[in-house]
Amino acid sequence: MATKTYCEMISRSQPGPGDGGNTGSWRVKRPIIDYDKCIPAKTKKRACFTCWLLCPDCVVSKTIPPAINLDYCKGCGICAEECPAGAIEMVDEASQTGKEK
Amino acid sequence: MAEKTTILNLTEEEFVHSGNRACTGCGLSIVYRIGLKALGKNSVLVVPPSCLTVLQGLYPVASTKLPCVNVTFASTAAAATGVRSAMMALGKDDVNVVAWAGDGGTSDIGIQALSGACERGDNIIYICYDNEAYMNTGVQRSGTTPQGVLTTTTPIKGKLQVKKDVPAIIAAHGIPYVATASAAFPLDFYDKVKKATTIHGPKYIHVHTPCPPGWGFDTRYTIKVGKLAVETGLFDLYEIENGSFSLSAPSQRLVGKKRPPVSDYFAAQGRFKSLDTDMVNTIQQQVDAKWAA
Amino acid sequence: MHIIESGNVAAATGVKLSRVQVIAAYPITPQTPLTEKLSEFVESEQLTAQYIPVESEHSAMAVCIAASTAGTRAFTATSANGLLYMNEQLHWAVGARLPIVTCVVNRGIGAPWTVWNDQQDSMAQRDVGWIQLYASDHQQIIDSVIKAFRLAQTVSIPVMVCYDGYLLSHTYMPFDLPEQSEVDAFLPPFVPKHFLDPENPGNFNTVTLPDVRPGVDGTMRPGYIEIRHNLHQDLRAALDSYAEIDREFEQRFGRGGSPFVEQYRCDDARFVAVAVGSLSYQLRDVIDTMREDGIAIGVMGVQMYRPFPDQAVASALAGKECVIVFEKALSYGNQGPLYSDIKSTLYRMDDRPIIHNYILGLGGREIKTQQLLDALTESCARPAAIEDTPRWIGLKLQEEHHG
Ligand SMILES: Cc1ncc(C[n+]2csc(CCOP(=O)(O)OP(=O)(O)O)c2C)c(N)n1
Ligand code: SF4
Ligand code: SF4
Ligand code: SF4
Ligand SMILES: [Mg+2]
Repeated sequence: MATKTYCEMISRSQPGPGDGGNTGSWRVKRPIIDYDKCIPAKTKKRACFTCWLLCPDCVVSKTIPPAINLDYCKGCGICAEECPAGAIEMVDEASQTGKEK
Repeated sequence: MAEKTTILNLTEEEFVHSGNRACTGCGLSIVYRIGLKALGKNSVLVVPPSCLTVLQGLYPVASTKLPCVNVTFASTAAAATGVRSAMMALGKDDVNVVAWAGDGGTSDIGIQALSGACERGDNIIYICYDNEAYMNTGVQRSGTTPQGVLTTTTPIKGKLQVKKDVPAIIAAHGIPYVATASAAFPLDFYDKVKKATTIHGPKYIHVHTPCPPGWGFDTRYTIKVGKLAVETGLFDLYEIENGSFSLSAPSQRLVGKKRPPVSDYFAAQGRFKSLDTDMVNTIQQQVDAKWAA
Repeated sequence: MHIIESGNVAAATGVKLSRVQVIAAYPITPQTPLTEKLSEFVESEQLTAQYIPVESEHSAMAVCIAASTAGTRAFTATSANGLLYMNEQLHWAVGARLPIVTCVVNRGIGAPWTVWNDQQDSMAQRDVGWIQLYASDHQQIIDSVIKAFRLAQTVSIPVMVCYDGYLLSHTYMPFDLPEQSEVDAFLPPFVPKHFLDPENPGNFNTVTLPDVRPGVDGTMRPGYIEIRHNLHQDLRAALDSYAEIDREFEQRFGRGGSPFVEQYRCDDARFVAVAVGSLSYQLRDVIDTMREDGIAIGVMGVQMYRPFPDQAVASALAGKECVIVFEKALSYGNQGPLYSDIKSTLYRMDDRPIIHNYILGLGGREIKTQQLLDALTESCARPAAIEDTPRWIGLKLQEEHHG
C-alpha cells in the first residue's frame, strides 16, 4: 500500500507581524514627538522611555531619540497622555496625510 | 529580594507582534506584552477563548512569538497541567507553563479546573487578566464585574452583586504564590511574573486590565484609569508568598495617606453611569473601612 | 503468557504495555477499576508515566489534549455521563488531530441514573470524528488498546476503545498477555510532526476563517472547511491503515484478521444477526442452536464503528436474505444507529437484504438467550416484513409498571 500522508492540515499559526493588517490605518490621531522636549532626545542619554514601556502595540523604539512605527501605531494616545515631558502631541490624522512622517 | 526592574533595564526583546487585532489602547495588550517579556522565550502558553484569542491572531498568522495552545473555555488550568506533565515526561522541566485567561474564563467557567490544579499543586503559572466583563462576546457581566457596572446583560440597573474576590479564593488553596497587579504598573507586574517563574507549584497572578470600549473611556486614559483604581483604594496590589501577605509599593504608598475619592474613578468611565450618590457613598465607606483595618 | 483477569485490568495492561506517558482520569462506574489499576502501575513504578488525578472528565481530556499537543502519548478512560461531560473536549481533540486513546466502558446514561451496561454513551458520540473500536472479549480489549495507539499516531486521529461495562469490565476471563518487547517492536514511540516547542513556536488551534488565507510565507493556507474536509478524508483512509495495522499485529501476535467485522457461520448463511461488543458473542450460541434446527444463520460482530467500514459490511451482507440488527442504543425518535448505518450501506446494492432492528438491554436489562432465539426465529420466519420503528425485546409493560 502506498503510504498516505495524514494530517496535512491543522490550524497551527506561525508568528508574524500585521495579522490585523496595517493597523496604522485605524488611527484617527497621530502621535508626534517633539524632540526638543523629549528627555532622551534632548539629553542624548538613555532615560525616560515611558512611551516605549506603555505602548500597547510595541511600536515605539527604545532608542535615542525614540521613534514610532506609524505602519502599526493605532493612535491610542497613551504615550502622549503619559509622557512626563509633555513631548508627544496627538494631531488629527487628516491634517497629516500626505505629509512626510 | 530580587532587584526591582526599571524601564532602563527592562528587556527590549518583544514577544508580541505589532499589527495585531486588539483594540486601540487595550490594557490587555500592555500586560501581555510586559508579561511575556518576564516569561521569556522558554515558555509555553495556554489560552482559552477571550480577547486574547483575537489578539493572538487568526490562522495562519500568530501575533505571539511563543508556542501556544488554544483550549476550550473551561479547561485552561487543566490544559496547563497537561503541558506540564508532558514536559515532565519529556524531561524538559525548565519550561515555564503559563495559562493566560480572562476574568470570565477564570472566575466563572474555568474556576473548577483552576481549583483542581491548585489543590493538586501543579507546577504552573496562571495569569488572569481582569477586564471585569466578558469583552470578547460584547461586554456581558462576569463574576468579577464590580457592583453597579453597566454591561450588556446588566443594561439598566448595573450589576447588583459585588465583585468576586478570585485571588482570595485561590489563596485559600494554600498555594505558594498569589499576587495582584495592574496594567497601570507594568514593572510591578513584570517583577511578579518574573518571581512566579522561580517558584515551584501553582502560581496565580490577577492583573487588573482597563478596557477602553468595555469600560467607556477614551483610549488615551488606559493607564490613568488603571492607576485610579489602585490609588482610590478599590483595587489593591499585593503578594501572598507562602501565606505571608504584603502590600506592593503602589498600594503600600497609600497607607496613612489621603486617597482620591472613588467617585473620581467612577466619573472617569461610562460604565458607572447608573451609580447614584447613595451607592457611591456606600462604596466609599466600604473602601475607607477596608483601609482603616 | 495466559492470565485470567478482568476486562478493566486487560485494558490497563494494554495501556501499560503501550508505554503511555501521561494519564489523566476521573472515576466513574464501571471504568473505576481501570483507573485504579493504572494509578497502581504508576505508583509501584511498573509504568513510568505522569498520572493526573483530575477533578473532572472535562479536565481529564484537557490534560490529554495539552499533553498530546506537547508531544506525549496520552490516555484517559471513562463511562456514560463522564464521556458526555467530555463532549466538547472530544471534538477539540479530533479537530486538533491528536492521537489520544480513550477507553469507554459502556454504560447507560441518566436520567434516570443507571450504572448498568448499554452502549448509548459511545454511540451518542459517533459523529465527533473519533475512531471507534469495540471489543467483544478480554483478548480483544487488550489487543485493541495496543492497536489503537498505533492507529491513532499513524493517522493523527484519536481512538475510542469501547467495551461493555460489567459484562466485560468486571468479568474474569483468560487472555494472552503480549510480550513487552513485541509490543515495543509493534508500537514505536510517538514522534509528532508539530508540538509545543519554544525553539519552533507555533500557535495551535487558532481561530480559523471561513475562507483560505495566506500565511506569513505567502503560501495560501486552508480555511476551516478544508481542515475539516481533510479530517474526513483521513478518517476514510484510516480504514486501509487499520487493515494494515491489523495484519501486522496478526503476523506478530497471531491474532487478528478481521479488523472491521467478525463473521461467525456467515458463509452459507441466508440470515445474519448483527451486534456490537459482547452481545455478538452471546448471539453465537443462539446461532449454533438455530443451525442445529437447520436454519442457515450466522452472526456478524461490528468491531469498528467509526469510520464506518461500509465495504466490509457490504461484502459480508451481500446476497443475504435478511439482516437482523440488535442494538443496545437508540437514536431516540428514530431507530438504532447501527441499523441506520447498515441500511444506508445496503442501499447501493441491487439485490439488497431485508433488514430488521431490535432494541434491547438498555440500562442493563438482562438479555436472555431465549429472547434472542425467539426474535431471530420470528425474523427468519417472516423476513419480508419491514417495520418503520424498531422492535423491542424484553419490555415488561404491565399496568403496574407505569407512572
Ligand atoms: C463553553 C463556551 N461557552 C461560551 C463561550 C463563548 N465565549 C467566548 S469568549 C467569552 C468571554 C470571555 O470573557 P473573559 O474570560 O472575561 O475574557 P475577555 O473576552 O474579557 O478578554 C465567552 C462567553 C465559549 N467559547 N465556550
Ligand atoms: S515619554 Fe516623552 S520624554 Fe519620555 S522618551 Fe517618550 S517622548 Fe521622550
Ligand atoms: S499612540 Fe498608542 S500605539 Fe501609537 S505610539 Fe502612542 S502608545 Fe503606541
Ligand atoms: S475589548 Fe477591551 S480587552 Fe478586549 S481587545 Fe478590546 S480593549 Fe482589549
Ligand atoms: Mg474579561
